[in-house]
Amino acid sequence: MLLAQTDLRLDTTAIDYVFVAIYFVLVLGIGLAARRSISSSLDFLLSGRSLPAWVTGLAFVSANLGAIELIGMTANGAQYGIPTVHYYWIGAVPAMVFLGIVMMPFYYGSKARSVPEFLRKRFDSTTQRVNAVTFAIASVLIAGVNLFALGLVLEALLGWSLVLAIPVAALVVLSYTFLGGLSAAIYNEVLQFFVILALLIPLTVAGLARVGGWSGLMEQVSAGPGGPDQLSAWPGTTLTEIANPFLSVLGIVFGLGFVLSFGYWTTNFSEVQRALAARNMSAARRTPIIGAFPKALIPIVIVIPGMVAAVLVPSLAEFKANPDAGGDIDYNNALSLLMGEVLPNGVLGVAIAGLLAAFMAGMAANISSLNTVFTYDIWQDWVRPGREDRYYLQVGRAVTVIGCVLAIGTAFLAGSYENLMDYIQALFSFFNAPLFAVFILGLFWKRMTGPAGWTGLVAGTVAAVTVDLLVRGGVIALSSQAGSFVGASAAFVVGIAVSVGVSLVTTPRPDAELVGLVWSLTTKDERSHSTTGSDSGWYRSPTVLGVLVVVLTAALYLTVP
Amino acid sequence: MAEADPPTDAPSSASALFDLRTVIALLFGVYGVVLTVLGVFDNDPAQLAKSAGIDLNLWTGLGMLVLAAVFVVWLRLRPALTATPDDGPEQGPASTISADVPDGSG
Repeated sequence: MLLAQTDLRLDTTAIDYVFVAIYFVLVLGIGLAARRSISSSLDFLLSGRSLPAWVTGLAFVSANLGAIELIGMTANGAQYGIPTVHYYWIGAVPAMVFLGIVMMPFYYGSKARSVPEFLRKRFDSTTQRVNAVTFAIASVLIAGVNLFALGLVLEALLGWSLVLAIPVAALVVLSYTFLGGLSAAIYNEVLQFFVILALLIPLTVAGLARVGGWSGLMEQVSAGPGGPDQLSAWPGTTLTEIANPFLSVLGIVFGLGFVLSFGYWTTNFSEVQRALAARNMSAARRTPIIGAFPKALIPIVIVIPGMVAAVLVPSLAEFKANPDAGGDIDYNNALSLLMGEVLPNGVLGVAIAGLLAAFMAGMAANISSLNTVFTYDIWQDWVRPGREDRYYLQVGRAVTVIGCVLAIGTAFLAGSYENLMDYIQALFSFFNAPLFAVFILGLFWKRMTGPAGWTGLVAGTVAAVTVDLLVRGGVIALSSQAGSFVGASAAFVVGIAVSVGVSLVTTPRPDAELVGLVWSLTTKDERSHSTTGSDSGWYRSPTVLGVLVVVLTAALYLTVP
Repeated sequence: MAEADPPTDAPSSASALFDLRTVIALLFGVYGVVLTVLGVFDNDPAQLAKSAGIDLNLWTGLGMLVLAAVFVVWLRLRPALTATPDDGPEQGPASTISADVPDGSG
């Protein structure tokens, strides 16, 4: 046991800490510099709607490229091999393109400042409040997961105790979001994007060099415990835990590609907020599509290192051959083990900075979206309406502090769960799946009424929580991963059913109030955007970019059939 | 970099924020120089063996310098980052001019 623990500790020298220190100085500097340009709550909470598309697009993908994603997906790469790419290609790209082309005109065009505010415009203020409160709770819980995971890395890599690491990490995120608001968070996310690549690219190159290149990796993986199945994406039976190849493909396409992925990418305000900060409709629509390009390519430098780790690092290879042997090492250690194995001091420091950056990206995204929803939807529209803007800016700052303090608490709560990924998936089925159901129905069915909105949300959440309790209690015999998938599906179906039922017995809103909020009542003209000046040119057309990224993804699939 | 951002007389909009491209160029410029120097002068065989003989510090450092250079060139070619949509015509030229001044910082 003792040996395994010291195994995980990275062999750092002073030069590595220099890189980490440079990074932190710059991050705090961004917060300080961003502070000067903030004078209104809109500046603080939505960056004054002024950012160019390439900035919001990279922030969009970076807000998702948190540490849980990095560690979880390298772990999947080590465990399952190539099928992991489904999480990126079918599980993200189509939903991101759909968000940009179909949904963004409604989000951005409605001038809503948040997802709950959009729900008020489409449904009623009860729906806004129900969603705002559940979102605030979910944000604090997920921020806690990010913080706990960051604490774990600091503990494992640098030897800090969790009790010290968690508050220190919270303090850093707090200082730059407190000072600079969403601009600082977004600017840091873009910076983090490049630093994370500076971690992943050298790791992939060195890892491949050590195993004898791509062909060497192929040989060793197919000779390994997983066999040659790990080298092709379809049918992915190990990933889905469905033995029948046809049903497995169906599960990937409809389960991962539709319910889970569309639910996450199109309604998660931590993501959507990045697009709302764009400077105009054209930039807002391009935001998720620009983000889809790196999202399609990133598995190359995430899945390959995971696969390399499982054949190159002896302790991990042993675990893969015999997972039940016990010990401290598991797939979640793949990334840090490979970093220690192949990166020399110097690049190692950059890699540690990148890993810390990834954790902060996730938490900063949670905190900055919590800010916006709490300030606008709970405080301004409900609890204390009608104050001057200065007051709400101060509320926004106060919520940043309170959110970070609460996240320290929920971090220790997250620590009481055995598997972080299961915890995240359960939260997702509670909050995102019902929201997606209500959202998509309200967008395409103008008959849907205000009360149907919030009853659909509540019923969906109740359904998901019920499934979760039944799985935990052993009433339904499912693994917890499959359990949260069933929970998400139940939430979606129940949410739709209740919304339809309630709509039929309540009065719909007049058509005139729903223009710009419902597909059939919005003319094509209102859904499009200016194509002149800095928005001109075919390469700035959301549709052209969307088609390009889908073609790119299909081509990538052909390389690993 | 706080001093790299001159107090502009432009109104208090977030669009007046310093250009992110400068920050990226700065970070990777510094990282690149340190890594390249490390790669050239520190040739411990045990470290080189980790990456199968590739001088990872050197190549990563050079890659970062290229990235920093790309952002500097982009910054030179297209200095104005944003123009606020409402007062676009007035803001445009003004921010272009002010963006020329602070470039010594990068």
